[in-house]
Amino acid sequence: MADLLLEVSGVSKGFPGVQALADMHLDLRRGEVLALVGENGAGKSTLMKLLSGIHSPDTGFFRFDGQPYFPRNPRHAQSSGISIIHQEFNLMPDLTVAQNLFIGREPRLGGVLLSERALNRTAAALVERLGLPLNVRALVGGLTVAQQQMVEIAKALSYDARVLIMDEPTAALNDAEVATLHDLIRRYVADGSGVIYISHRMDELKAISNRITVIRDGRYVDTLDTPATSVREVVSLMVGRTIDAEAKPVGVRHDRDVVLSVRGLSTKPLLREVSFDLHRGEILGFAGLMGAGRTEVARALVGADRKSAGVVVMNGRPVSIRTPADAARRRIGYLSEDRKHLGLLVDQTVEENIALPALGERFSTLGFVNGRAARAEAQQQVARLGVRTPSVRQTTRNLSGGNQQKVVIAKWLAKDCDVLIFDEPTRGIDVGAKEEIYALLNELAGQGKSIIMISSELPEVLRMSHRVVVMAGGRVSGVLGHDEATQESVMHLATARHPAPTPVVPLSKSVTPKVGSR
Amino acid sequence: MTILDKKPDGPDPVGRTTVMRAPTGWAGTAMDQLQQLLAFASLIAIVLYFSWASPTFMTYYNITNILFSTVVIGLLALGTTFVIITSGIDLSIGTGMALCAVMSGVFVINLGLPVPLGVLLAILFGGLIGLVNGVNVAVLGLPPFIATLAMMLVAQGLALVISDSAPIYFTDAPSYRKISTGELLGVDFPNAVLVLILAVIVSAVILGWTVLGRYTYSIGSNEEATALSGINVRGWKIAIYTLAGLFTGLAGVMISARLGSAQPATGAGYELQAIAAVVIGGTSLAGGKGTISGTVIGALIISVLNNGLQLLSIPQEWQNVILGLVILVAVYADMFRKQRA
Repeated sequence: MADLLLEVSGVSKGFPGVQALADMHLDLRRGEVLALVGENGAGKSTLMKLLSGIHSPDTGFFRFDGQPYFPRNPRHAQSSGISIIHQEFNLMPDLTVAQNLFIGREPRLGGVLLSERALNRTAAALVERLGLPLNVRALVGGLTVAQQQMVEIAKALSYDARVLIMDEPTAALNDAEVATLHDLIRRYVADGSGVIYISHRMDELKAISNRITVIRDGRYVDTLDTPATSVREVVSLMVGRTIDAEAKPVGVRHDRDVVLSVRGLSTKPLLREVSFDLHRGEILGFAGLMGAGRTEVARALVGADRKSAGVVVMNGRPVSIRTPADAARRRIGYLSEDRKHLGLLVDQTVEENIALPALGERFSTLGFVNGRAARAEAQQQVARLGVRTPSVRQTTRNLSGGNQQKVVIAKWLAKDCDVLIFDEPTRGIDVGAKEEIYALLNELAGQGKSIIMISSELPEVLRMSHRVVVMAGGRVSGVLGHDEATQESVMHLATARHPAPTPVVPLSKSVTPKVGSR
Repeated sequence: MTILDKKPDGPDPVGRTTVMRAPTGWAGTAMDQLQQLLAFASLIAIVLYFSWASPTFMTYYNITNILFSTVVIGLLALGTTFVIITSGIDLSIGTGMALCAVMSGVFVINLGLPVPLGVLLAILFGGLIGLVNGVNVAVLGLPPFIATLAMMLVAQGLALVISDSAPIYFTDAPSYRKISTGELLGVDFPNAVLVLILAVIVSAVILGWTVLGRYTYSIGSNEEATALSGINVRGWKIAIYTLAGLFTGLAGVMISARLGSAQPATGAGYELQAIAAVVIGGTSLAGGKGTISGTVIGALIISVLNNGLQLLSIPQEWQNVILGLVILVAVYADMFRKQRA
């Protein structure tokens, strides 16, 4: 057992009304990347909270480096050598990289004054030792998501962490950035440290992990050796049923009317002459690297951002869409990628959220809210989409990510839109819920609704899209039919005329990463 | 109540039980109700204390006084509750009230318009002030604090300019005072209190039952998500500020009717008392949360405190200190309760 770095043994934890973890087991070996997978609500975040000392277990124990480990609080966990990088970063956007890295332990002159120079020097040394392409004087708010993540990692490693737990580290990264991150992880574990890697992206788990621990409903299911395991096997262990990983787009036809035409759409900061057509009953995928301008197309289209040029034609007639309210009137709905901040009113109930877009036209009479109609519609949508919530009066904050996403979808189904723009519809949600959302998209398209699906997950784009619009650097670099679209053809267009998204600095003479360069 | 009597559109097991609840705009959720219970208990405690400490507190004359002052603070607080729930603020309601009182004097006395018409125009003038605030905030994108601070100064100045810095007396229109002191519903029930009760009911209905009320909460909880849901946020914000302005106009009519004159130099300071009433009532300055019942209790607490401290001959300076402490305690209790929940 000498190669065990961290051991979780028989750990249980209950909250009022929920048994979050029951008899959980987990072994992290020295020098390995252990993937931890499970559907949302399987108990991953509870386990993380126990390991970081936010809660303490009801039963069971942890053993770290052979010693019993009882974290009292996150600071104690950190000083013991266990660092956690949460999905949502804890960074101060108006401070520099160096200031963020050493917040709370800044080098001082004579114990009082801050020494910016010493701070920058220490930070630069840290960043260089880790081989990260970061300017320590840059403001964190101006960095890409990938770079901010690097700052988080550098911060965690600066505490000399022996175990790094990463929650969905790649949720907002493109493929090149993921490769950079994986490279960093491999170098980190080389000296005998360990990483627990929580992710929903199966292809990534195959690429980075040594073993995969599957948990379900708060219980340990199995641990598999990654090389000997298929994605399908992991997924079926997670959800307790088999899932078709080779699904193809359904209902593709080429004889449909054009519902929406966009011509020469431009915005001041990014978009240049974006043009495309959307057909009735079509799922039009938007692929591209982070920052290619996909979300910006959607926001400009619905009037959330200002257009500097461009025409939108709906059903043959040019229309003016200057605000999202105009778009909603034309029956165009935009489901933002940022559920918590832009998609939902998290402090309001499921019912209030679902009723919101159509409140004026469907759920009110002479300005008075028709609460009964709204509730009936909310209950119907909740049942139809299988939203797991105790009641429609539940505050949406308390739902899991997948169920929150379903509420966002329900909002727009209640509005009965003709064109629905889904921006990252499955980001951060588990495999089972993903399949349900895919099925729903296909069903909506089958009913004649036109769907734009923006996604950073290539497999998702390929399995869902009737056609794929590929963007690069604020332009449309190509449109592919579903039979032409492959990982290679899409990536080729996505990187056309477009510099590498993240500059990669050589790590050392012996290891030169190929990732990120094209 | 006709909306409730409609036939159900489908199976609605939850609906049948929840229809019995008061609308959220009146009393809010169970947690809000706890806060209101605390605020209400404090109100009772204050009343009991003053009754014990001052022999004149529980007299008819004094209770009437308290109610009359609650009318003014209450009307201002009701309107500003809407604005604060959108996470905005309205600083112009105090001097705006004085300007509306002056305008009422101009309409009724200087122009000799019939009293009902003059009153209506004065209230609409308040709406106009709110409309300008709304446009400044929603269309020009000024922070509400700044936009309404500017309006506060403008209103204060205009009230003095229009009235030539002199009070306008309503002696030539004896019926004007009746708006406040008349007793339409019989003895011992001044019209001013009736107006306040009607205003409370109307605002509770708007906040709890109408689309406007629902959007008020939505905008306050997440303005951008509301806009992306296809709601015309600008238009509704203008409507909300205009509504607050109408309440300001009504408050201007009620205070001038009570005094029998429009006093152009008063008004400043009322906005802070009204905001304090709203906050004591549990409405969050961060937006998205708030109730009319809370605001009513808050307004009563403020006017009872003002009155009682005066009866005990506590100097004005110390009255302000005590009021400030009350606000701190109320907001702290609210935050403490939310953290534990």
